[in-house]
Amino acid sequence: MAKIIVVTSGKGGVGKTTTSAAIGTGLALRGFKTVIVDFDVGLRNLDLIMGCERRVVYDFVNLINGDSNLNQTLIKDKRSDNLYILPASQTRDKDALTQEGVEKVLEELKQTFDYIVCDSPAGIEKGAHLAMYFADEAVVVTNPEVSSVRDSDRMLGLLSSKSRRAESGEKIKEHLLLTRYNPARVENGEMLSVSDVEDILSIPLLGVIPESQAVLKASNQGVPVIMDEQSDAGQAYGDAVDRLLGEEKPHRFLEAQKKSLLQRLFGGR
Amino acid sequence: MSLFDYFRDRKKPASTASMAKERLQIIVAHERGQRSQPDYLPRLQQEIIDVISKYVKIDRDQVHVALDNQDDCSILELNITLPERL
Repeated sequence: MAKIIVVTSGKGGVGKTTTSAAIGTGLALRGFKTVIVDFDVGLRNLDLIMGCERRVVYDFVNLINGDSNLNQTLIKDKRSDNLYILPASQTRDKDALTQEGVEKVLEELKQTFDYIVCDSPAGIEKGAHLAMYFADEAVVVTNPEVSSVRDSDRMLGLLSSKSRRAESGEKIKEHLLLTRYNPARVENGEMLSVSDVEDILSIPLLGVIPESQAVLKASNQGVPVIMDEQSDAGQAYGDAVDRLLGEEKPHRFLEAQKKSLLQRLFGGR
Repeated sequence: MSLFDYFRDRKKPASTASMAKERLQIIVAHERGQRSQPDYLPRLQQEIIDVISKYVKIDRDQVHVALDNQDDCSILELNITLPERL
């Protein structure tokens, strides 16, 4: 049975698209047939993060309107045979997405895919609403920062009231993913800690992604950061995908790297 | 600042993270409270204001409607401050 996972946050710029790309790719690399759907109509960016921006021909809105079929619209990822991308429309506005249209496309995707990862736009308007409405599980991406935590809490409220599952008396399974975490600043008391954010939002922790140079490097190249297995962020995303699949793994990268005396003297990293 | 203070400050930096946590706990609790209120509450408030303004000139801000849930019983609390008599 196909599972629909929405990656959402309320606030913009916290790492939703980075996370959608990483989780989708991670699921595909573990053998699950996965499609990542970009719901950010008008501001599509998933194609850039996935490095397939020049292969977009048709988009989500074309598919809804029946201008194209699923085969023509889905872009197959070059790195994994299990991975497909459904790009958002760049020219239309949010109203081009309708609840019936989205439902029809998702039902069709469910026939062939194990996982459907929905990359939500920022905000709580139509695009974000439709991205989460049909979800079975939600990954709430949060930065350890006041406005992001507050928006995540607002989003959690919407997940438990304005989704199809909520309307039929079921619950969306919620996961907290803390991104751009800087353990050194947490130790200095300058940043909310993992447990602070867990205390406030009180949902299960899926993972902690450290603030990392690898994320920008990966997006520069159009490669999902999870493919960079040498990097802290790549490994942290890998762990998060394993936990999403039910594995129990200890959380890593929560402590600041201690610099040796020599590193301090010469400014090495 | 004396030399002594300098060392004491370094040992105990004022934690902005704990301020953030405190502020968040308050605002999030407040917003969750509002969230659990039914959708009709603002409309109810508006209609109450409309009815009262037919008879008395009142200020919008002087009407407070709140719904409290205690165990299996809900209390609708209505608080209207009438203007002072001239």
